[in-house]
Amino acid sequence: MSGRKRTLEAISFELVMTVIAIIALIVIIAPSLVVLIVSFTSGFSLKFPPPGYSLRWYAELWDAWQLHFAAKNSLIVALWATGLSVVLGVAAALAISRSPKLSARLLDSLFMSPLVLPALAFGLAALMLFSLVGLPVSPLTLVIGHTVVCVPYVVRNTVAALAQLEPTLLESSAVLGASRLYTFRRIVLPLIRPGIIAGAFIAFMSSFDNVPVSLFLRDAATDMLPIRMWQDLEGKLDVTIAALSSVLIIATVVMVAIMERVTGLSRRLTN
Amino acid sequence: MGAAPAPRDVTSYGMGLAAPLALFFLVFFVAPLLQLLWLSLHNDTAALHWGLGQYLHFLTDPFSLSVLGSTLLLGAEVTAVCLVLGFPIAWLYQRVGPKLQTIIILIVLLPLLTSVVVRTFAWIVILGRQGIINATLQSLGVIDTPLKLLYTQFGVVIALAQVQMPLMTLPLITALGRIDSNLDDASCSLGAGSWRTFFRIVLPLSLPGVIAGCTLTYAAAITAFITQSLIGGGQMLFMPMYLYQQASTLQNWPFASAISIIFLLAVLAVVSVFTTLGRLSRGYGGA
Repeated sequence: MSGRKRTLEAISFELVMTVIAIIALIVIIAPSLVVLIVSFTSGFSLKFPPPGYSLRWYAELWDAWQLHFAAKNSLIVALWATGLSVVLGVAAALAISRSPKLSARLLDSLFMSPLVLPALAFGLAALMLFSLVGLPVSPLTLVIGHTVVCVPYVVRNTVAALAQLEPTLLESSAVLGASRLYTFRRIVLPLIRPGIIAGAFIAFMSSFDNVPVSLFLRDAATDMLPIRMWQDLEGKLDVTIAALSSVLIIATVVMVAIMERVTGLSRRLTN
Repeated sequence: MGAAPAPRDVTSYGMGLAAPLALFFLVFFVAPLLQLLWLSLHNDTAALHWGLGQYLHFLTDPFSLSVLGSTLLLGAEVTAVCLVLGFPIAWLYQRVGPKLQTIIILIVLLPLLTSVVVRTFAWIVILGRQGIINATLQSLGVIDTPLKLLYTQFGVVIALAQVQMPLMTLPLITALGRIDSNLDDASCSLGAGSWRTFFRIVLPLSLPGVIAGCTLTYAAAITAFITQSLIGGGQMLFMPMYLYQQASTLQNWPFASAISIIFLLAVLAVVSVFTTLGRLSRGYGGA
């Protein structure tokens, strides 16, 4: 009797949890699918389902030089910011990862703080500093601002990779006569490389997508893609943006798939 | 005397390697924030007169306070929705095979790495007058005229919840993965039902993950400038847009600085409340 009651009870629990989980997963994935479908509309509006299908908005996107210009700027800034983040972030991660010192813990908190603090406040602060020292907004100020908000991803993923490293490997290498630099090149770097790549990838994506910092640190000559898109959407609901969004979604899916192969991204973010 | 020098620790690196990034942060992160604080403590835009005028203005202005209040409330609503939808995903993840696990993770990850403008744009398409929800309801005959979903609190909360969902789900998956599955079986074999086991065993033990997820989701939701402004429209004003308007359109930098500091302190207060709760919950979970 009680066994039967318990089974019903267990079924009700599993059913409720599974149904909510599936609804949640649909809510997560549906918006991207909707954009992909709408981008092929033959009409002039974002009506769903579309009245017919065509590639006209992709042709429109092909000619949208303002978007191309902004995309190029975003790409250049993201590449520089990622490079700078990797150089500064990996060195810092090496220093703080195994250190029991208080200073290491404090530096860790400092390097992570841009993730929690409102980036818009930092953007305004950076603009005020640059204007105080007489540095006009330029690709350089954008790279500096983006590096501050992107470097935490590199530090965090590199520290996590270093934490998995067996200390005995380093000791064995030293006992066998290898110099520290040699050990770093031949033992440490190959083992933490996937962590660094994963961190660099997330840093790149967040720079490419950054709005709050770019908002203050760019001008007309350094138009950035997310801001261009945002301003286009504020003014009018242009279907060209749907085509561009679809291109970005597909590019993201492809890059995530590659990263999953190269670095095991999904395990990295849940461990 | 004659003793060999202590062997150097080869398993850690010198703190000097952190110096370049520390210096970079000092100049380009700490200094700007200090300057922000300095400017916020001036009563005039030329920054000649010290005073708390900007803060007094904010704290005695009902409009400013309502903007702050609605921003903090928005964060709470988004966090609650994310928790209710995100927890079952993490639960399901622990119950399926490795193949499905990878698929679930990739579905959760995808929005995290897709441009925020793109994700927000998708919600404009869904919630708009001619969007899916209105089209479906109209074709089913439930409604005659399109519902207003865009530019409403409901729209902002649901769009932000989807945009921030990964930040809640990933820590939950990690936390649930650390729970010993024997506890589940033990609880059931001792006669507790599934619901009881969930609320008395699984949920308390996953509290560190819940708190980590809530912290990240809350902080991200209240600062999500793009989603707030595009889905909320001109009628709804939240702190980030308020800050931007004062700084950029009105060029009132001291007041914008004060808004920034107040916003920053609000975020820090919420984060430290969550962190304290996290510390307490780890004691409770008993590791």
